[in-house]
Amino acid sequence: MAVTRGKRRKAVSAKRRSARARSAPRTIVLVATRKGAWILHGDAARRTWRADGPHFLGHNVSHLVLDPRDGRTLLAAAKTGHLGPTVFRSTDLGKTWKEAAKPPAFAKAPEGQTGRSVDHTFWLAPGRAQDKDLWYAGTSPQGLFRSLDGGVTWEPYSIINDDPQFREWMGTVQDGTPDGPKLHSIIVDPRDGDHLYIGMSGGGAHETTDGGRTWKTLIKGLDVVEGFGFDPAKPTFHDPHCIRMCATNPDRLYQQNHCGIYRLDRPSDTWVRIGRAMPKTVGDIGFPMVLHPRDPDVAWVFPMDGTQVWPRTSPGGKPAAYVTRNAGKTWQRLDAGLPKSQAWWTVKRQSMAADACDSVALYVGNTQGELWMGRDEGRRWSCIARHLPEIYAVETAAPN
Amino acid sequence: MKVLIPSALLSYTERSQTEASGATLAALLTDLDQQYTGIRFRIIDEQDRIRRHIRIFVNGEQARDLSQPLAAADEVVIVQALSGG
Repeated sequence: MAVTRGKRRKAVSAKRRSARARSAPRTIVLVATRKGAWILHGDAARRTWRADGPHFLGHNVSHLVLDPRDGRTLLAAAKTGHLGPTVFRSTDLGKTWKEAAKPPAFAKAPEGQTGRSVDHTFWLAPGRAQDKDLWYAGTSPQGLFRSLDGGVTWEPYSIINDDPQFREWMGTVQDGTPDGPKLHSIIVDPRDGDHLYIGMSGGGAHETTDGGRTWKTLIKGLDVVEGFGFDPAKPTFHDPHCIRMCATNPDRLYQQNHCGIYRLDRPSDTWVRIGRAMPKTVGDIGFPMVLHPRDPDVAWVFPMDGTQVWPRTSPGGKPAAYVTRNAGKTWQRLDAGLPKSQAWWTVKRQSMAADACDSVALYVGNTQGELWMGRDEGRRWSCIARHLPEIYAVETAAPN
Repeated sequence: MKVLIPSALLSYTERSQTEASGATLAALLTDLDQQYTGIRFRIIDEQDRIRRHIRIFVNGEQARDLSQPLAAADEVVIVQALSGG
């Protein structure tokens, strides 16, 4: 009798697991690369992945993002090496694509003046849940754009693109990252659509509370490169690599910067360097920053070598994520399953993401074209796709 | 007039040769864009500059300015320079 009860219990439990799996939202991973984009569809348990792609083979795709408001619309920021930049849009989860009727473009300069032209759209950010069809885009050279029709047409947004002060902080093409200065980390406060944060590489972090009419610089507490006499009060010398806002606490921001890892708890305007608690042999330099979907004390980074000539590879050839579970007081290394030596990864600022499942998984894309999944909040890593082109960006989503 | 299209732009025209009209190169590109929405911005930037890796030839001579006059019998060739890996 006991055996029968046990068997029945096991069968019921398996049925429940199966029903739970069927009802669980499916996870997709959106992978943007130097030569196209792929959509990885996971099964309910995220054990197996089906690759849908390439989309736009041969195009540089900087970012591929699903509209969380309808769970079907995808926007892709793309260009080829030889043609101008554009934004592609799909309303059926990538089955068909249509080009934006008016992609992000700077205003035409007055006669006799030299105007700027968008080289590529780098960052795409949807507006708030209630602001249907509102999107923002950050470009290289640095510009901020907005679409009110779901990404079909784009217009310059806010004063930034033509403001002399911002233009000075942006510098020239020579002042930015190797493939051009970038406006990124466009973050919309879910409580107030007029409250936005942006990151500029270089040019610092900024916020507006009036829908882009005016901006306030947010660089207090951030370090600048030492030894050159750079004034930390000047935005020009600041390079935020990636800024994130906690989903369940919009007053808390984290930042991976060229000069360390930081946390900012509003209304304070002073960043705290929480990367000081990282192991000295690893340091606190890197590109991506990923936050837990529900716990504002939990954040992950993927450090890189920022010494001497800045190889931008995993320190010592040993890739690892680091997690803090107490808002930056302490950090733990997460490398189970990752290569133990001779793995010289570069992970770009958009190439790390977390899903929102009950047991959160991390996803890291490297420039060698491998996509790794860190199950159980990064405790167990495995490679879920390889031989892709250089990965530029990784996003997760739960489509409808 | 006859316009030859590079392979990178076939997603717009679906053929390597098409017809467009205009008294200047600028007018011809406007006509092309009306026929194939979005194609002009891939060739010409928002400051009306021919993009870095694009070359346009009129009757075998490289055009450097959108104000270049055109005649109905001219042949326009749009070329994408090949570079990079």
